[in-house]
Amino acid sequence: MKTFPEGGVHPHENKLTAGSEIKYLSLPSGVAIPVSQHIGTPASVVVSKDDKVKAGQVIAESKGFVSSNIHSSVSGKVTKIDTIADTTGYKQTAVFIEVEGDEWIETIDRSNKIIAEIKLSSEEIIKKCLESGIVGLGGATFPSHVKLTIPYGKRCNLLIINGVECEPYLTSDHRLMMERGEEILIGVSCLMKALRVDKAMIGIESNKPDAVAHLTNLAQAFPGLEVFALKVKYPQGAEKQLIKALTDREVPSGRLPIDINTVVHNVGTAFAVYEAVQKNKPLFERVVTITGKSLANPGNYFVRIGTPIKNLIEAAGGLPDDTGKIISGGPMMGKALINTDVPVVKGTSGIILFPANESKRQESMPCIRCAKCVQACPMNLEPYLLMTLSEMGLFEKAEKERITDCMECGSCSFICPAGRSLLDYIRLGKSTVIKMARERVVK
Amino acid sequence: MTGVIVALLPALFTSIFYFGYGAVIVTATAVISCVLFEYLIQRFIFKKPVTITDGSAIVTGLLLAFNVPSNLPIYIVIIGSFVSIAIAKMTFGGLGNNPFNPALVGRVFMLISFPVQMTTWPVPAGLSTSYTDAVTGATPLAIIKEGLKNGESISQLVTQIPAPSQMFLGNMGGSMGEVAAIALLIGFIWLLVRKIITWHIPVSVVGSIAVFTTILWLVNPEKNAGPLFHILAGGVLLGAIFMATDYVTSPMNHIAMVIYGCGIGILTVIIREWGAYPEGVSFAILIMNAFVPLMNTYIKPKRFGEEVKNG
Repeated sequence: MKTFPEGGVHPHENKLTAGSEIKYLSLPSGVAIPVSQHIGTPASVVVSKDDKVKAGQVIAESKGFVSSNIHSSVSGKVTKIDTIADTTGYKQTAVFIEVEGDEWIETIDRSNKIIAEIKLSSEEIIKKCLESGIVGLGGATFPSHVKLTIPYGKRCNLLIINGVECEPYLTSDHRLMMERGEEILIGVSCLMKALRVDKAMIGIESNKPDAVAHLTNLAQAFPGLEVFALKVKYPQGAEKQLIKALTDREVPSGRLPIDINTVVHNVGTAFAVYEAVQKNKPLFERVVTITGKSLANPGNYFVRIGTPIKNLIEAAGGLPDDTGKIISGGPMMGKALINTDVPVVKGTSGIILFPANESKRQESMPCIRCAKCVQACPMNLEPYLLMTLSEMGLFEKAEKERITDCMECGSCSFICPAGRSLLDYIRLGKSTVIKMARERVVK
Repeated sequence: MTGVIVALLPALFTSIFYFGYGAVIVTATAVISCVLFEYLIQRFIFKKPVTITDGSAIVTGLLLAFNVPSNLPIYIVIIGSFVSIAIAKMTFGGLGNNPFNPALVGRVFMLISFPVQMTTWPVPAGLSTSYTDAVTGATPLAIIKEGLKNGESISQLVTQIPAPSQMFLGNMGGSMGEVAAIALLIGFIWLLVRKIITWHIPVSVVGSIAVFTTILWLVNPEKNAGPLFHILAGGVLLGAIFMATDYVTSPMNHIAMVIYGCGIGILTVIIREWGAYPEGVSFAILIMNAFVPLMNTYIKPKRFGEEVKNG
C-alpha cells in the first residue's frame, strides 16, 4: 500500500462517529456569517440592516481574484452587521440574520435527483465555482476557482482528490464518501472537465475500507478515475504528502502542486462543486463532525454556515461537565475556541470536545536531542533546531533552515517525549520570517 | 529512560551470573552515587527542581558499572560516578547539554587515574566469584595485544582465548556489562522494537569494524585477528548499542548517524591495532562525540522538495 516515505506519526484514531449517518441539523434561530471564510481578501458586504434575504443569496461579494462570494445560509432578516470572534479567536465582520422560514433562491434545484450529465463548459464550471463561493473544504479554504485556473505557462495533467481524512476524530469526509459517493464522483468529473485532464486519483486511507470499496465500485462508471487505498499515517492529508504518496512527485520547496502539473481538491469540495454545477446550489451548508469522548450523541451533521456551534453541541447531547477544551478542526491542527457562539464556517470540518484531563499539556522538560522530531517531520526539517533558533530570535538562520517549509502539522510536538512546545515556537519563527521576507520585497 | 533501563537488564543479569555479588556491589554503588550526586547538585548548587525521577542518572550509573571490572574498589566507583555526573554532565547545565557521554568520561577518568585496578579482570567464576579476592586474568584483547608484541602469531594466540561461542555467551574476562554479546543483543532488539533507538548507529559501528578488520585480516591473518573476534571481544557491542546511541551526545539525523557510527568503528580498530591500549571503544566514542555539534551544523537531512521530481 502506498504512503509518503519519510516522517509522519500515528496518533490514536478515535473515529467515534465513523458509523453515524449524516443528519440535518435543525435551523438555528439566528446565524452570524463572517465575510472572511477563505484565504485571500475578505468579501465586501452587499446587504444592509433590515434587508430580507433568502438562502443562497449573495450577501458579500468577492473582492479581487483570490477571494470568494459569501451567501446567506438561511432566509430571514438582516438584524445587524457587526463583528464576531471566529474560529481563530480574532474578531471579524459578519452579517447577522434572524431566521424566518426556509426559503431558498428559485434557481436552486432542491430535488434529490442525481444529475450525471455535465452540460457546462470548462470556463463555465470555473465561473460557477467562483459565483457559488466554493473554497477548499479540507480546512485550508483556498478559493477553488483559483486552483482551477491554470496560470499561463503551466499545465496540469493530473487531478488528485483528497479523501484521506488523516486527522483523528474527524469523519465528515468519510460519511460524505459513504452517503454521497456518486455526487462526489460527478463533482470530480466536473473538476476534471474544468482542468481539462483525463486522469484523476482519489486517495483514501485504509482505515476506511468501506469508503474505499464503495468509491472503487462507483468509479468503474467514470473513465479515468481511480481510487487508491493508502497506508494510515499522519499527515497524509497534507497536499504535498498526498501527492508524494500517490505519484512520487515532490512539490519543490516554496512552490505549488501546479508546478509539478498536479491539482489537489478535497472530497468535500468535489461534493460542493457537484451541488454548485449540477444543482445550482451555492456553498452555504457543509458536513461537520461533532465528537468527543464524553459527548452523549456524537455524530455528523449538515450544518448551515453561520450556525453557532452551541447548537451543534446541543444536538449532540449538550456540553459535558468535564469539558476542558473545544477544538475546531482536527486535534492535531485544529484551534481551541474561545466560546460556543463561534459560527460554523466553510472550513469547519469538525468540533471536538476534549475532557479536562486530556486538555492539559505535559510539563516541558529539557531537550535530550533524541531526534524523534527530526524523524517525525514529514518535510525533513529539524524541528528542535527551528525551535531553538526561534526561541533565541535567530530568524535569519531559521530562514536558511527552511522554517517556511513547515506546514504546522504538529507531528514534532506530538512525538516529543519531553513535551516541548516545538510547534508554538516554530509558528512564531515562521510568521516572523514571512514578515521579514515581505519587508525585503517592499524595499 | 525506563525503556533503556529495561534494555540493560539482560546484561545486568549476565554480569551477576558470571561475576557474582561483586557485580551487585559495583552496580548498586554506581547507580546510587550517580543519583545522589545529581540530587545534591540540583538541590544545593543549581537550586532548581530536582529531576532525578527522569532516570537519566540511573542509566549513567548502570552504564558506568558495566564499563568497569566487577572487583573495582567502591571508592573508585564513587569517584568515577562523581566525574560522570558532576563534571561531565552538570557543569554543562545538566540533562541534554553535555557534549560527552557522562559514563564514558567517568570510565576514561578512572582508567587513566587507576590503571591497575581498572585493568585487573576477574575470571568469571559464577555467583560465588569473590569481590575482594577474585582470581584474575587478562581479557582476550589484552592477550592478543601482548602476544603480538612478543612476536607470537594469531594462530598460536587463538589457543589462549575462549572459543567464539564462549565469547558470545560472555564467558571471558572483561568489564562486567560488556562480556555477554547475547544479553546486549537482546537489549538491542528491545530498543529497536520499542523504537527507542534506530539501527543506524549500532549497525554502522559494528559494520565498519567488520569491514576494516576483515581487510586487515585478509592482508595478514597472522598479525591481525578476524572480524568475529573484534566484534565479540571488548566493548564493541556495549558501546555500539548503549553508549554511542546516547541521545544527547549523538547526531540528529540518519546521514550524520551513519558517519558518526563509522567514525567510531574505524577509530576503535585504529586504537586496537596501533594504539597503546588493547581496547579503544571508549576513546573512539568520546572523540566522535566531539564532532557531533559540527555534524549537526553541516550535515543536513535531504529536505522535502529539495530536488525536483516532476511528473
